[in-house]
Amino acid sequence: MLELLSPVPPGWGGNLLRGLAHSLQIAFGAFSLGLVIGTFGAYGKLYGGPVIRDITAIYTTIVRAVPELVLILIIYYAGTDLINHILEAMGYARIDISGLVAGIVVLGFVQGAYATEVLRGAIKSIPQGEIEAARAFGMSPGVMMRRITLPAMLPHALPGLANLWLIATKDTALLAVVGFSELTLETRQAAGATKAYFLFYMAAGLLYLLVTLTSSAIIGRVERWARRGMPSVKEA
Amino acid sequence: MKAFLKTAVTAGTLIVAAMGAAGAETIKVGIAAEPYPPFASPDASGKWQGWEVEMAMAICEEAKLDCVITPVAWDGIIPALLTKKIDMITASMSITEDRKKTIDFSDKYYNTPTVVLGSRDVEMDATPEGMKGKVLGVQVSTVHQVYAKKHFADTAAEIKEYQTQDEANQDLAAGRIDATQADSIAMETFAASDTGKACCEIKGKVADDIEVLGPGVGVGLRKDDTELKEKINTAIKGIRENGKYDAISKEYFNFDIYGG
Amino acid sequence: MAETAVQTFRITPEKNGATQTRRLAPHRIVLALIGLGLVAAAIYFLRWDWLPDYYDLILQGLWRTIWILVVTCILGFLLAVPLGLAQAAGPKIVAVPARIFCTVIRGTPLLLQLWLLYYGLGSLFPQYPWIRGSELWPYLRQAWPYAVLALTLSYAGYEGEVMRGAFAGVPKGQLEAARAFGMRRFTIFRRIWLPQAIHRALPTLAGEAVLQLKATPLVATITVVDLYAVASRVRQDTFITYEPLLLLAAGYLVITGVIVFLFRRLEGLIPSKLG
Repeated sequence: MLELLSPVPPGWGGNLLRGLAHSLQIAFGAFSLGLVIGTFGAYGKLYGGPVIRDITAIYTTIVRAVPELVLILIIYYAGTDLINHILEAMGYARIDISGLVAGIVVLGFVQGAYATEVLRGAIKSIPQGEIEAARAFGMSPGVMMRRITLPAMLPHALPGLANLWLIATKDTALLAVVGFSELTLETRQAAGATKAYFLFYMAAGLLYLLVTLTSSAIIGRVERWARRGMPSVKEA
Repeated sequence: MKAFLKTAVTAGTLIVAAMGAAGAETIKVGIAAEPYPPFASPDASGKWQGWEVEMAMAICEEAKLDCVITPVAWDGIIPALLTKKIDMITASMSITEDRKKTIDFSDKYYNTPTVVLGSRDVEMDATPEGMKGKVLGVQVSTVHQVYAKKHFADTAAEIKEYQTQDEANQDLAAGRIDATQADSIAMETFAASDTGKACCEIKGKVADDIEVLGPGVGVGLRKDDTELKEKINTAIKGIRENGKYDAISKEYFNFDIYGG
Repeated sequence: MAETAVQTFRITPEKNGATQTRRLAPHRIVLALIGLGLVAAAIYFLRWDWLPDYYDLILQGLWRTIWILVVTCILGFLLAVPLGLAQAAGPKIVAVPARIFCTVIRGTPLLLQLWLLYYGLGSLFPQYPWIRGSELWPYLRQAWPYAVLALTLSYAGYEGEVMRGAFAGVPKGQLEAARAFGMRRFTIFRRIWLPQAIHRALPTLAGEAVLQLKATPLVATITVVDLYAVASRVRQDTFITYEPLLLLAAGYLVITGVIVFLFRRLEGLIPSKLG
């Protein structure tokens, strides 16, 4: 039974690992894109004008209320269609958006909404005095962000961001519905071809769990580093 | 911040440019991402194989097209075609009037009867009366779903819809449904497998309904793609005549899959 | 790893601090008009002629979605209380399994759990004829018990983590005071510990319920006909791609709104003065 999991054909282990690599690629890309969107979103929500603030609020509310599965389908089909319509209208050639890029964009868009909230909360938890002091020293906004805001908010943002990373790794499974060959779809195909459903779903579950546990261990270290010199927090 | 934005924009442009370059010239042949043996299923090295995959490549070769096999979820295969993620569908898609409203089809490249596969423990046949009180599983957006709804909905206890035929087979083996209805070849292949032998048997062919079941399986195409359609029709005729069609079919089937 | 424990996202209107905008600032009117314009354009330009045909089916799907949501949230929460308590105060022999359960549930995708239960476990059943002969079989052969089980376990896994924090967060003094009053252990739990822990977990419950709602469409992949499955069927019957999805998104937005509203009412009912 277990030889089905061998990493070289006729075993299907290699497919699962390839799927895992795809999943991690998407998760990483989506998480990074989410961070970029989240940073802009958080700044928009905190320091933007009333219009920007309302638009970011609409964005985060909608994305957090509509199931990812539905968003993925809408953005995957409608989104690429729209881009191509616009490109054609502007006289450019159509582009072919690969499953990888589409997956990253879709999940990144979802992650961005959550990252906005996490980062906004983290920035708000920086004592006002620190920012005022930085301004008083004549720091430019860029320097202030790099030297004060980012390091000071990091410990507050890390738990939320860590959580987002874990969500990202698991949400890649949803891309199975648009036929992208990440871990869950590879598992389904392997299970369908060999009829060893239980075995393959268990194996995939273990792989996901391994990713979660490894990530948690690394995040724990990063967190300890980011919190260095701060009193340890007991959970409320 | 400005420098960062600049890099981001440049990177974005590069990605878009790269994607544009990659997508030129090749014809993307959409197949369902779910295994459907013996027509299309991936092997352990991730390569797609089966009668339909070979046939698609043969058609492409005959029409001198540069084709790549692109698996797409069955559920989204028509949107994928319409949004040009793929250029043609070779996924055992039957030619029907309903589908013709949205997409176009080539001439048929095979036609097989529709059968009902049922559990050995259940007494039934492929008629509305024989279906009485039974739970029937069909794959969504197939002619079989439409057929089952039209002919069996009144007598069957329930008609369950599955994303893939493979899952319906699995549930049949697990005893969750009493029968499933699909293409005879896919059903016979399953009935001959170890799992299939243990649980199920062919209960019979369903009565024909050309309106629902259509004239056979064709290559799905976009409506405005008449040039490609002509090329493919010529190619299908070509491989039928030069013996390639029979050569490929002989490896899989011991009867004429093209149908009458 | 306590710090990276579950964090839930609450959907509440943000207070904009010092520069609180007025309710109907001019730009909001413009935004509202743009929004209405988009809706009107969607109604006018897109195809909605399929709606009457699927009206009944949509209502059934909506009902099933809500039914699954409510049942799994309640069952999941009932399971989360012992899970949280075991982790916060239980002896190792129960704390460790509870911990492992929560980690496994939160560490693997729900879609995979669902398929493992339905197709994986389901493929094992035929090997045991006594299961098929048992009285449970009529239920086991349907899809919804697996959907309810998977979603319940998922909710319990996430909320169990929250309840652990909530139990641990009840001030020690409260429990000591209760003991000093001579309360029995179960009475302390029932009268002091549990109500306070639930009160602490309440703000996360709305967020978790919304997350649970967003998880319900996954049951469509195992043949349960919920709201999402109805929309899929419309797409497949008519080959209309976007309209059913847009309607679906709107439907989930409304349900989310209702959940948030109900929980806010609930929170408002409970006096909020914590020791």
